[in-house]
Amino acid sequence: MSAHAETMHHGPAKGFSRWILTTNHKDIGTLYLVFSLIMLFIGGTMAFVIRAELFQPGLQLVMPEFFNQMTTMHGLIMIFGAVMPAFVGLANWQVPLMIGAPDMALPRLNNFSFWILPFAFAMLLSTLFMPGGAPDFGWTFYAPLSTTYAPPSVTFFVFAVHMMGISSILGAINVIVTIFNMRAPGMKMMDLPLFVWSWLITAFLLIAVMPVLAAVVTMVLMDVHFGTSFFSAAGGGDPVLFQHVFWFFAHPEVYIMVLPAFGVISEIIPTFARKPLFGYRAMVLATVAIAFLSFIVWAHHMFTVGMPLAGELFFMYTTMLIAVPTGVKVFNWISTMFKGSMTFETPMLFAIAFIVLFTIGGLSGLMLAIAPADFQYHDTYFVVAHFHYVLVPGSVFGIIAAVYYWLPKWSGKMYDEKLGQWHFWLSFIGVNLTFFPMHFVGLAGMPRRIPDYALQFADFNMLTSLGAFLFGTTQLLFVYILIKTVRSGKKAEQLPWEGARGLEWSVPTPAPYHTFTTPPDLERK
Amino acid sequence: MRHWLKPSSPSGLILIVVLMFGFGFALVPLYDVFCEVTGLNGKTKGAYQGDINALAANSDRTITVQFVANRNDNLPWGFYPEQEEIKLTVGERKQIHFSVNNSYNRAVVAQAIPSVSPPQAADYLNKIECFCFQRQPLAAGEAKQFPLVFFVDPALPEEISKLTLSYTLFDISERDASGVD
Repeated sequence: MSAHAETMHHGPAKGFSRWILTTNHKDIGTLYLVFSLIMLFIGGTMAFVIRAELFQPGLQLVMPEFFNQMTTMHGLIMIFGAVMPAFVGLANWQVPLMIGAPDMALPRLNNFSFWILPFAFAMLLSTLFMPGGAPDFGWTFYAPLSTTYAPPSVTFFVFAVHMMGISSILGAINVIVTIFNMRAPGMKMMDLPLFVWSWLITAFLLIAVMPVLAAVVTMVLMDVHFGTSFFSAAGGGDPVLFQHVFWFFAHPEVYIMVLPAFGVISEIIPTFARKPLFGYRAMVLATVAIAFLSFIVWAHHMFTVGMPLAGELFFMYTTMLIAVPTGVKVFNWISTMFKGSMTFETPMLFAIAFIVLFTIGGLSGLMLAIAPADFQYHDTYFVVAHFHYVLVPGSVFGIIAAVYYWLPKWSGKMYDEKLGQWHFWLSFIGVNLTFFPMHFVGLAGMPRRIPDYALQFADFNMLTSLGAFLFGTTQLLFVYILIKTVRSGKKAEQLPWEGARGLEWSVPTPAPYHTFTTPPDLERK
Repeated sequence: MRHWLKPSSPSGLILIVVLMFGFGFALVPLYDVFCEVTGLNGKTKGAYQGDINALAANSDRTITVQFVANRNDNLPWGFYPEQEEIKLTVGERKQIHFSVNNSYNRAVVAQAIPSVSPPQAADYLNKIECFCFQRQPLAAGEAKQFPLVFFVDPALPEEISKLTLSYTLFDISERDASGVD
């Protein structure tokens, strides 16, 4: 490869300004990933407060008002601060490497879209110290909770969301333009690695729905400050309209948070099964189908608002239809593993846990899709169990798997496999101990977002809290593993995984500051 | 297609972003149109525009209309229908009153928002005169009778024999004072 010869005369700038001024996709990828790790711990601390309060029935530690702020901020930070930036970080590192491009197409925009985030979240977190407290209306900020009854900090919340939205939109534009215009010569769309395909589709979802989020928070702002009545019946508006506009954004949003993880898993499973991915074309089409369906199912979040029967049926059946392309993906991953010569290094363990646990989350999603049953499940811990199963062992495990998988190429060092296995098993036990009992208390009728509960839920809640403490502390081990790898890890080989294919493995280890300054020759491979 | 409009160029993508931001706001009127076309949401229309004198109670089909009066946020006002339930024949004009008293020690402006249940009956309940058409100023401690004149369209589907008309009274003094709708 000629790529590394040129790196000699132009390396990264020295000192801290490197990170502020950088336009390098690898630096920006690292910034995104470190930022999201910090946010994971801030959001995790809030989850810790929630679970400590719910350890026993009764009010022990915090007042209900503060509890509401914790549930709201936990959701906002984990979604917009931890999961989404982590995926943008992975895209920054991997998309150019996987398509043989020298960098992202719009490097300065890339720097800008990252550096909006620390300011957005500083603003959001500062509301915790304001009179009246942080936003307390749930991350879904339903009107009138976020309008008539909102704390004064709602204005800061609105502008923080605007900034996060701008950051995501610019990041998505960058990904799309890079994939369309900067592929190595001869790489056709149907040659793209699945991680790249998933991100392309995710980026289009972001472009389509983040502006709708911006619109709905703007309407909230106008209702609060400018006397409009978008969501107030007194002035001719309708609070139910809020839910329609919000979920038009928020349902595609849940796929934004999981499609890139699908992509990661589709890279890892073939590597450790030492077989090519089963049904590449079907995987691409399934991802497109999921993205399309995500636009026409939003009202399944609001079966109980008093929709007509025809509406309930429409949203029920379209929601169930999503299980078909998702099932295609799950079966293709299983078929890829079938008769493969599998080994179980840490990334593979996280990937397999992803398939198993995400499927459990998908199954409880199908249960929730049944409109008549949803009237029982609505706003209970069953919903909490469902979306945490798809987000934690789904999205978060996907991100962790990706980090273990590509870390040797990024850092040039190998992580400690033994500690990685410990990290996996403790996380696996922790996550199930936390979220599985929530199904039971939810089905028995325990409501979400309430700081106290009836005595019969006490045992399961204690188990959940213990699991949450285990899962949370285990992530400190993850940080220790990362630091140990970067500081004193064994030198990684050029191809750290025997079965790995793809352009990203053709660059030297660690990946030099500039790669593919001359496009790779795809014919030679 | 012009190259800058392509969805693979930044300007094309920014155009999509701008359009989707507009679409978010366009959902507001679209929602109202959708509710009106499908007759969902139980919203009644404005004053009846047809010829009132041409109406004749030439049917003996009777239906029951119930009246419900709610106060938003449990405002300390009195707000009651004169009768909770009346029977009338379709096409027959009826007048009833809602009594309201402002137990605040300040003047308020109230606005009543109607809703009909079942929602598909909303189109057949025609109001000739209604206190909900205007905002209602009330002096401190003032009591008033709010009139409502209405009839039920004979085309009301057969399966509906009872309908409920509910009003929720909102305090819009703040909005009204600032002169914004």
